[in-house]
Amino acid sequence: MLDDFLTRAVLGAVGVALAAAPLGGFVAWRRMAYFGDATSHAAILGVALALALSVPIFAGTLVVALAMAFLVAHLTDRGMGADLLLGVASHGALAAGLVAVSFVEGARIDLSALLFGDILALGKGDLLVIWGGGLVVAALIFWRWRRLLTATLSADLAFAGGIDPEREKRILMLALALVVAAALKIVGALLIGALLVIPAAAARPFARTPEMMVAGAAVAGVVAALLGLWAAWVFDTPAGPSIVCAAVVLFALSTLTRLRG
Amino acid sequence: MTALITASSLGVRLGGRRVLHDVDFRIAPGEIVTVVGPNGSGKSTLLRSLIGAVRSETGTVTRKDGLRLSYVPQRLQIDPSLPMTVGRFLDLPTPATGAARQAALAEAGAGELPARQLADLSGGQMQRVLLARALLNRPELLLLDEPTQGLDQPGSAAFYQRIEALRDRTGCAILMVSHELHVVMSASDRVICLNGHICCEGHPETVAQAAEYRALFGSGTGGALALYRHEHDHGHAHDHDHGHDHNHDHGSAPRHDHAEAG
Repeated sequence: MLDDFLTRAVLGAVGVALAAAPLGGFVAWRRMAYFGDATSHAAILGVALALALSVPIFAGTLVVALAMAFLVAHLTDRGMGADLLLGVASHGALAAGLVAVSFVEGARIDLSALLFGDILALGKGDLLVIWGGGLVVAALIFWRWRRLLTATLSADLAFAGGIDPEREKRILMLALALVVAAALKIVGALLIGALLVIPAAAARPFARTPEMMVAGAAVAGVVAALLGLWAAWVFDTPAGPSIVCAAVVLFALSTLTRLRG
Repeated sequence: MTALITASSLGVRLGGRRVLHDVDFRIAPGEIVTVVGPNGSGKSTLLRSLIGAVRSETGTVTRKDGLRLSYVPQRLQIDPSLPMTVGRFLDLPTPATGAARQAALAEAGAGELPARQLADLSGGQMQRVLLARALLNRPELLLLDEPTQGLDQPGSAAFYQRIEALRDRTGCAILMVSHELHVVMSASDRVICLNGHICCEGHPETVAQAAEYRALFGSGTGGALALYRHEHDHGHAHDHDHGHDHNHDHGSAPRHDHAEAG
């Protein structure tokens, strides 16, 4: 029988994998991998601000991640090179967050937990945040699915079909910030991007439609979560990185199978 | 007859550069209008401002109430990470029945493609799939941005024939951008010569003789136009029963020199 904290860890990891799957597809298709990194690095700054202002950590990370996403998107639209800009934003947010954390007094922040996750310390409140956030993300993406896909294929096709691609982009950013805030405790700020991209990449070789890719990413994400937790338990390794390693193994297997077949 | 879409004193600025200014444009139901002009003359921008993809700096774009409009972009770049079958693509953004999808593909000459991956299509196949998607909407106005780019001459001649047949059958108005002056002109009711503003417009032959047009394209197309000239004075708006044959074989027309724009 699983101990109670382990049950919570499993539920949390599976919840995050399911929440990340539909978004992971769009992150891949729209080449937003580094955008996701910049947004998740901003979550550290969010934690520091939340502690300094005594507001819930989830709210702090959500707001700061969202602000980061909008800022980067805004500057990219103003003609700054996306790659360069994301390099500045991603590293800048990480450094600023680490500096901000050092200002928060006392030993209230476990830096390693912030960077790599602390899945075995999940509380019931965290589970609520993960599953609640995940449901909102799934609902948002399901509701906008066709419009999001059209806008992803071509902004001009979207406009011609009466869809505002900018609005769809804002919806994806909101979903991204929600996933970041929900996943912070599971894999930490450094590896949230991995949770978005790697299961989607593992699903790609076997997908013929976007829907199949998202379903495949959900399966790969859940399997990676369970495998990673099991490995962490057996080999006494950190849980977040173990989950990401399991996802990479799945990606390698999927790609190799496809190349041979 | 009321216009489907009207632009008045339209001006567009992109990245600080004035791309279009003082453009007055309207298109009537069933009309085939071709926009020609050198590279960077604002042809694509005109189409994109008509679909609402670029904001105008001055002037207005007005659509007929409830106008059904379809747009075929110059090209569609698919990210290799996005799996997408042709059939699924036709379902975006509005779901269509399988029969409707198949009919649209057949009409666009892409009937054998529904199960193929979008990323695997050749330029010509992609062009036909984009056209099929545009037809699903049963458009009253179809906008095509250089629809034959990457097609060889017989291929593009066949494409324009398809477009003309579509207009004749459905009464759909067509606005297209093209570089292939000689082929396009024969299939157009009206030609607009654009270079930041409308230099001249009118019946293809009138435009071909206009000084403004010759200043932009030289006079080499004059001879080419003559080869492709045919009677085009029918009232087409809702007249689906044409007395004359539309199956010109553009593809087998004699070779000749012509001035390509750009």
